[in-house]
Amino acid sequence: MNKSDLLLEIGLEEVPARFLTHAMNQLAEKVKQLLTEKNIEFGAVQSYSSPRRLAVLIEDVSEKQLDLHEEVKGPSKKVALDAEGNWSKAAIGFTRGQGKSVEDIYFKEINGVEYVHVEKFTKGQDTIAILSSLGELITSLTFPKNMRWANLDIRYIRPIRWIVALFGNEIINLEVATVKSGRASYGHRFLGERVEIPTAKEYKQLLLSQYVMADYKDRKAVILSQIHQLEKEQNWLIPIDEDLLEEVTNLVEYPTVLFGSFDEDYLQLPKEVLITTMKEHQRYFPVTDSNGNLLAYFVTVRNGDQNHLETVRKGNEKVLRARLQDAVFFYEEDKKLSIEKALNKLEHVVYHEEIGTYQDKLTRIQELSQYIVQKVGINGEEEKQTLRAAEICKFDLVTQMVDEFTELQGIMGEKYAKIAGEADLVALAINEHYMPRFSDGQLPESNAGAIVSIADKLDTLASFFALNLIPTGSQDPYSLRRQATGIVQILLQKGWNLDFTSLLKKGIAKTSGFSKRGEEEVLNDLLEFFKLRFKHLLNERQVRYDIIEAVLEAPITNVKSLITKADILQAKKEESGFKEDMEALSRVVNIASKAEKIVEINADLFENESERVLYNEFVKIENAASQSLNDEQYYAQLVALNKPITNYFDQTMIMVDDENIRNNRLSFMRKLADLILYFAHFQNIIVK
Amino acid sequence: MNIQNMILTLQKHWSEQGCVLMQAYDVEKGAGTMSPYTFLRAIGPEPWKVAYVEPSRRPADGRYGENPNRLYQHHQFQVIMKPSPDNIQELYLDSLRALGINPLEHDIRFVEDNWENPSLGCAGLGWEVWLDGMEITQFTYFQQVGGLECKPVSIEITYGIERLASYIQDKENVFDLEWTEGFTVRDIFGQPEYEHSKYAFETSDEEMLFQLFSTYEKEAHRQMEEGLVHPAYDYVLKCSHVFNLLDAKGAISVTERTGYIARCRNLARKVAKTFYEEREKLGFPMLTNGGGNTNE
Repeated sequence: MNKSDLLLEIGLEEVPARFLTHAMNQLAEKVKQLLTEKNIEFGAVQSYSSPRRLAVLIEDVSEKQLDLHEEVKGPSKKVALDAEGNWSKAAIGFTRGQGKSVEDIYFKEINGVEYVHVEKFTKGQDTIAILSSLGELITSLTFPKNMRWANLDIRYIRPIRWIVALFGNEIINLEVATVKSGRASYGHRFLGERVEIPTAKEYKQLLLSQYVMADYKDRKAVILSQIHQLEKEQNWLIPIDEDLLEEVTNLVEYPTVLFGSFDEDYLQLPKEVLITTMKEHQRYFPVTDSNGNLLAYFVTVRNGDQNHLETVRKGNEKVLRARLQDAVFFYEEDKKLSIEKALNKLEHVVYHEEIGTYQDKLTRIQELSQYIVQKVGINGEEEKQTLRAAEICKFDLVTQMVDEFTELQGIMGEKYAKIAGEADLVALAINEHYMPRFSDGQLPESNAGAIVSIADKLDTLASFFALNLIPTGSQDPYSLRRQATGIVQILLQKGWNLDFTSLLKKGIAKTSGFSKRGEEEVLNDLLEFFKLRFKHLLNERQVRYDIIEAVLEAPITNVKSLITKADILQAKKEESGFKEDMEALSRVVNIASKAEKIVEINADLFENESERVLYNEFVKIENAASQSLNDEQYYAQLVALNKPITNYFDQTMIMVDDENIRNNRLSFMRKLADLILYFAHFQNIIVK
Repeated sequence: MNIQNMILTLQKHWSEQGCVLMQAYDVEKGAGTMSPYTFLRAIGPEPWKVAYVEPSRRPADGRYGENPNRLYQHHQFQVIMKPSPDNIQELYLDSLRALGINPLEHDIRFVEDNWENPSLGCAGLGWEVWLDGMEITQFTYFQQVGGLECKPVSIEITYGIERLASYIQDKENVFDLEWTEGFTVRDIFGQPEYEHSKYAFETSDEEMLFQLFSTYEKEAHRQMEEGLVHPAYDYVLKCSHVFNLLDAKGAISVTERTGYIARCRNLARKVAKTFYEEREKLGFPMLTNGGGNTNE
């Protein structure tokens, strides 16, 4: 069968760099999907993108759809034939619907019933006719942010300016948002021109002749090789931040790497300030010497060729100079601001309209930190410094530097706190309390940082839940999920024996001034929210799903214990006797659900030895449990009940007629079950 | 090129594109967007093309004329075209060429920047335009104005005059920029910068300003009830400026602040709606084929 190459290019006004790669892949996927669905064979697929275009080239696309032979099932024989053996209306209707006649019918048995069938043959259409639906495909692409333009109704990532749609050397006629397809593409905005593409295969080469590298991998490789070249020539290190490289690659169509310099005096600024200014604000790569010390140079990528690089360098140097001048000004001004004055200003900074100011938040963070300090047993100087950190941890929010560079919150706090004469630990904790700053980011190392971090995050979660601002689906504007995960990770890393539910309650209690909901309701929602984080964590540890369910159903006492319990069950499940242990414990739990009236257990009502033995074991565990058994010991005690429980059920009839005895036994079962369920809901565990 | 010639060049360029050349609107405002030539005209189906210089007052940015980059009042050159033309980016780049900026000698980029002004109920998508790493223009397709969906969509181009001039004239300090031969920005604006900064931060009468806010607000509502959008909108602008003065002075506490912003937003939304209704009553007189459809 004849084959041709297919090219589809959507010309756009500059697409945001962060959406480009995803959009490019989406286009290729959709075209592949269309061809597959339509039974059109195709070969290699190449996707292209640049700020002004999304494109896909598919080689060796069949010029005709595959012919389709199919067997279509109709009504049952019973329905298809009337009493006289004539074809019924149903049968005639079916064949007509398939473009067939009753002569074509044959029967085939399915599950003992005979059905009408016909053989259907659909001749493949010309591919080019089918490709006219590419217009709808273009509009079906989805983007995280859409816009309208002119007086059109279409919502798209950016205005569509041209469309190239070629099959072989033929134009596929499309019209999207008043733009008609053709073979004319456009090169680089300034270096290139309009260019006619005769056939799909020539696309990449012709665009390159117009100063567009359409393959982002090519652009990335060019940028990297030019950077490495520069490293060699200048004896520099230019650390590659992958996200920045990706962004820069998607901001240019024809990259040329160049460097500029700034006054060495600016190197006295904290290096985080220099890096943020260069990376975040200007998309520059910072430069270091072989020891990783920042040098007074930067590297940038121009969207253009080698000509007039001196002008571009001078311009960029001027911009950076102005920004660094600002930074020096902020730094000097901020150093003059006392921490107490900064804290006073926080009374005027709203954290959230309904939750109140940062000063209010700080008060709650202090109280929660106090609580955690006591619970984990921190004292002396460390206690004092932790509480000081809690008291001032947000002060840098009113500094000019953080106002300008939000991402430096905490980092500047640490520096300014030291300058203001705060203890090193206090300063460190201010920085660390924002950790982890991104998912799986670094965790606080100091206890002080960990405590203030938990207090801050807990307060944030409790506050938003108290207002019923709970994340749904992909909507999590206050990144509450990350904060919850952060708490869990810190608790785990520190291994503190901190009662989790009590901790949450404490956080919730602090929100009473503005809460719109009952404490109990908020607690349940928060617990559910955290359970999803735990589930995720246990999943990552490869704990089996039924074991995860079993431990999450039990009261969440502390995070470390939760993990330990899951690990124990995960390890024991392969051991012999596990099944029997689980079954014994589950029997108690199952029968306990029948208990209606709970009474004080009266040992005098016991009638056999097995009752007394099991009861004694129960009392032993209950006493031991109150003296804080560790999880391994607790588990060992529970499974040791296997024999006594089995004996008990062998010798004891629980649902007897005598109401007193029955209630006594059921109440015992209830209490024993509670002891069991405190560890895990064993009845959820699947045993083979 | 001095600032005066830059302005003349931009005016000529956009005038040739069919824009109505307007003078700055004579009520204090924080940005060119707030001029009725933008805020009101972006509403509804009627086409519109305009270009004007807008002195923009931001009391909190005042630095007594001492900071090389910050001003109490700077200048924006504002262009609105409604509906947005298909070749708008080219028209814009031509304006840079007219200013003597040859794109082949520079690095010009359109970097994503979405614009939002919740207190005016406005939102738009677009870019900031970078010239060798410096932001020189905001380029925005309006999606919503005064809480109303824009149909057709206007394109707004806002040049930061001083920013662009500091590049063109290669000056480090905004006050050293030449306005026209023999006059620098310092000569013209040095003393006002100092005095306005001192006024905004030190000597303004807070009590009077609070009173003015309420008075202006009341009058804005009263005029809207009469269907007199433009007088009403003047008072909305005055409210906004008075609020900015109070804010610069640190006179507005947290709780009040949210309240004041909400009051400004209510006014802006109400004005937008009233303007639409009044134009509708007039039968959208500027509506020609190719304008747009009516708003629901």
